[in-house]
Amino acid sequence: MDLSYSPQERAFEEEVRDFLKTSLPDHISAAVRAGGEMTKEMMQEWHRILSAKGWLATTWPKEYGGPDWSPVQRHIFEVECNRYYAPRIVPFGLAMLGPVIQKFGNERQKKEVLPGILSAEDWWCQGYSEPGAGSDLASLKTKAERDGDHYVINGQKTWTTLGQHANKIFCLVRTKFDGKPQEGISFVLVDLDTPGIEMRPIRLIEGGHEVNEVFFTDVRVPVENLVGEENQGWTIAKFLLTHERTNIAGVGISMQALEEVKALARKTRRKGRPLIEDPLFAARIAQVEIDLEAMKITNLRMLFQAQKQGHPGPETSILKIKGTVINQELRDLARRALGPSAAPFPGAITDGNLALSPPDTANNAARYFNNRKTSIFGGSNEIQRNILTKTMLEL
Amino acid sequence: MNFDLTEDRQMLADTLNRYLADQYGIEARNAVAYEAPFHDPAKWAEMTELGIAGALVPEEQGGFGGAGFDIAVVFEALGKGLCPEPFLGTLLAARLLGAAGADLEALVSGETRYAVGLGEIDAAYDLDLVETTAKAVEGGYALNGRKSAVYGGQDADVILVLAKLNNVPAIFSVEASAAQVVGYGMIDGGGAAEVLLEETPATLVLENAVEAVADAVAAGRLALCAEAVGAMQANYEILVDYLKTRKQFGRPIGSFQVLQHRTVDLLTEIEQARSITISAAASLGDEDATLKAAMAKNLIGRAARLVAEESIQMHGGIAMTWEYAASHYGKRLVMLDAQLGDTDQCLSEVMQSYAA
Repeated sequence: MDLSYSPQERAFEEEVRDFLKTSLPDHISAAVRAGGEMTKEMMQEWHRILSAKGWLATTWPKEYGGPDWSPVQRHIFEVECNRYYAPRIVPFGLAMLGPVIQKFGNERQKKEVLPGILSAEDWWCQGYSEPGAGSDLASLKTKAERDGDHYVINGQKTWTTLGQHANKIFCLVRTKFDGKPQEGISFVLVDLDTPGIEMRPIRLIEGGHEVNEVFFTDVRVPVENLVGEENQGWTIAKFLLTHERTNIAGVGISMQALEEVKALARKTRRKGRPLIEDPLFAARIAQVEIDLEAMKITNLRMLFQAQKQGHPGPETSILKIKGTVINQELRDLARRALGPSAAPFPGAITDGNLALSPPDTANNAARYFNNRKTSIFGGSNEIQRNILTKTMLEL
Repeated sequence: MNFDLTEDRQMLADTLNRYLADQYGIEARNAVAYEAPFHDPAKWAEMTELGIAGALVPEEQGGFGGAGFDIAVVFEALGKGLCPEPFLGTLLAARLLGAAGADLEALVSGETRYAVGLGEIDAAYDLDLVETTAKAVEGGYALNGRKSAVYGGQDADVILVLAKLNNVPAIFSVEASAAQVVGYGMIDGGGAAEVLLEETPATLVLENAVEAVADAVAAGRLALCAEAVGAMQANYEILVDYLKTRKQFGRPIGSFQVLQHRTVDLLTEIEQARSITISAAASLGDEDATLKAAMAKNLIGRAARLVAEESIQMHGGIAMTWEYAASHYGKRLVMLDAQLGDTDQCLSEVMQSYAA
């Protein structure tokens, strides 16, 4: 057991900091700090900068163009990126589809799909959930019927995050209609400019546009866009969700959020003194800080375990459950630290002199509401508990 | 960074786990833990023979361990086996005597059993408020006051006492036979004592002991955290086993989702408890040892009580009985919170770090 960074890891930390100081554009970090929606251009710009540096696909093996980092290096990178307010990497191509193609794709798909993700040229989105298939994903109904060398897709996907920016979508579709629902699902890649696809925005609780509905009407997709075998999609879907979970602890984001909460609680005055000196509020901060301190280590322990086994295991569900709860608690504290000043819609008070709170904190209520999503998406925390029940408790 | 135990520590853990499983099972434990002297002196001798005391002491002081992870490995095994032997006193004494540069040979060999009196009734955790005093007399010192909840004090040879000398906290050594030691058994097994000091002759061990006491408390908290991790894991395994075998409504109760999810939450908290204990172990002896130990003890206090209470509830009536092992684990898990700083005390210490 040794929790200290080696000299090489310290040097890497310095290298990451130097890179972020020199290469992360100010207008991008300012937008992240403000907590609002990022434009497509900003996200692409940052992806390209990372791609040029070779640091975009942090979890990919070297043979596919990854930087071949250890779990500690990935942890350091995540923490520093959050410290310097770098945007979150859009995960659909890099963290989800990439590993799927590497494991299940054929040589042609590896050549066609991976470079576009690595160069940030392609923006992938996810077609998993449907209006009638959320937690019960296997009940999905969007169907792909064979017609010569094409599939014809009909149906509806939903909760497609940042689909408005994407040019491609990977979908779970039904290719077999009898037998167990899990056994009739296939994983296909679809160009979003194929005729018959319509994307409609869903407005979220805080007012933002982050997710979409996607409608498929007689969409013809070449059969060669099938990944893996026909009807093998459920295996791929489960594999993808396990990979999605590894980075879901959100330790870096929560560490930054904790600093923000403390800064806000120092600035806000209650009963004539800084809020952070109020024992009730300080106790709330202290408790979540302690949980986060443990989470940092839980996260690293599981990254190490994943590296040893060669793949993340079911215990990563623990990261999802606890990591999201910690992050939500911090977002709650940030909102509460502002008190009534958290209420105005961002930008609602146009005269800066009249703003109730500092401009870089104006989105804390919106961020609090938006973050309620984290315990729902990627397999709700209740679904994670079902996974743990089966795999860890063997009940 | 590395999360594997060294080979030596793994061997120590295996040896201790095997000894406790083979020689000191729950029935043997219950037979001694609740009757004076509230532990088994023969087992104590065997365990010190195995090197348990030596593992708590650094090499340069005559042991072969003494680092945070040595302490964690030993106490996790003690917790798993629900062992009532008074090694917490050994550890606290080793830290204090070590800071004083005193001879630890009799401690390492187990020949002398030490207990440490830090807290008092009105100063259970805030040790700067202790009222026991020391004064110089001919040939040494004399102590006056009352030390409370002296763990292992019921059967100790020597008691180290925190007392103020000229208003400065210092550590003194008292022969147990020279003080009035009122020993008692505790509800969760094992023993402790109230130590009454009235012009009691004492030897000065360490003047100006503030730092050494802070280090001892940090080490003791770490030990209790590791003990809790071992006990939580054992309690959890008993629970999961029961969920698989106990049938109601014609099926194992573990098939009910309402119990499954609560059990998973225990698993999650135990992993977090394990992590925060690693954090405390890694920082022992460093600048932030006190803060990290307080963080750990706070989380452990919450997690341990949750595991204890949920285990009792999910088991149903059986875990309310003296017969059943989980009830004894549950008691230990709840009661260790009150040792060396409870959940609230530790939380408030973490809050202190926010003061500008």
